[in-house]
Amino acid sequence: MGVERSGGIGWLSTTVDAFANWARKNSLWPMPFGTACCGIEFMSVLASRHDMARFGAEAIRFSPRQSDLLLVAGRIPIKMMPVLTRIYEQMPEPKWIIAMGACASSGGVFDTYSVVQGIDNFLPVDVYIPGCPPRPEAILDALIKIQKLIKRDSLGHYKPPVEETAT
Amino acid sequence: MLPKDQLTVVIKEKFPDSFLEITDFRDMLTIHIRGEQVLDLLRTLKTDPRFAFNFLADITAVDHLEMDAPARFAVVYHLLNQHEVRRIVVRAWVDEEHPSLPSVYPLWKTADWQEREVYDLFGIEFTGHPDLRRIMTPDDFQHHPLRKDYPLQGRGERSNFPVVKRRIGSKWQEDKSVQ
Ligand code: SF4
Repeated sequence: MGVERSGGIGWLSTTVDAFANWARKNSLWPMPFGTACCGIEFMSVLASRHDMARFGAEAIRFSPRQSDLLLVAGRIPIKMMPVLTRIYEQMPEPKWIIAMGACASSGGVFDTYSVVQGIDNFLPVDVYIPGCPPRPEAILDALIKIQKLIKRDSLGHYKPPVEETAT
Repeated sequence: MLPKDQLTVVIKEKFPDSFLEITDFRDMLTIHIRGEQVLDLLRTLKTDPRFAFNFLADITAVDHLEMDAPARFAVVYHLLNQHEVRRIVVRAWVDEEHPSLPSVYPLWKTADWQEREVYDLFGIEFTGHPDLRRIMTPDDFQHHPLRKDYPLQGRGERSNFPVVKRRIGSKWQEDKSVQ
């Protein structure tokens, strides 16, 4: 949108901001990247008891091009890290990342050559969920935190892609 | 199948140069042999009707670094006779410099991936293998991580990826008070 690039702070852009953020935060489309036990735990958040649909995030998409919230659930080995980076890069802007569980956040107990010690070394993580595995309530809490972040975001903070500024 | 002492006699007669010993642990016989002749031994175990071990259940390896052993590496073959439901283990000992063994791919096609796994993690070459590539670690991985002299936390492979920066949305980052 032109409003994003103009960076203005008039009445129009703040109203558009508020509307866009309201729409975005209530229609998150998560892409679960479940590589271990946390991925199994994530399923229970979607099921009827905890029901993530109450927060507008029930449309799980296994295609990164249709989603805006990457939920990394599980340990990431060195062979999977380039795949994860590629998936993140395929997601359309704006996008957010949740690192679910001790493994995705820090490598957990797997302090070995083959496990990446926290995906935040290479990707911009927004919210971390502690636990092994985290309770479903913790995942809902993380989702609400992401919604709060989105609410405070602004279209005016759009940074042009690196390729455009490089020349 | 033959009992232990008869089996010892038979194998020793066939492979006088490379036969080491036969050990017995809870009725599981293990034939220890030097690496060069392992293909011939396994072929005998497969085709000789007295043994008829027709199924290769597993290939794995052990690193005996700084241990009292005939050589540094032992490649372990687990065989199964599906008619009599009997098992036997063959340990082929290989030395540290240029460890290599003849591939048993001609006998069992399943050896393909199992030998690739041993090659990947222990660096033992299998001559005659049709496609000896890494199977578990990334293709550009440099070491053989299950060797005992490879550090547990690796040599920096796990921290060697490009960093992706955030492009959109930074207002909340300045505002650290988000709860
Ligand atoms: S944090 Fe615990 S539950 Fe989650 S992937 Fe790691 S080991 Fe599994």
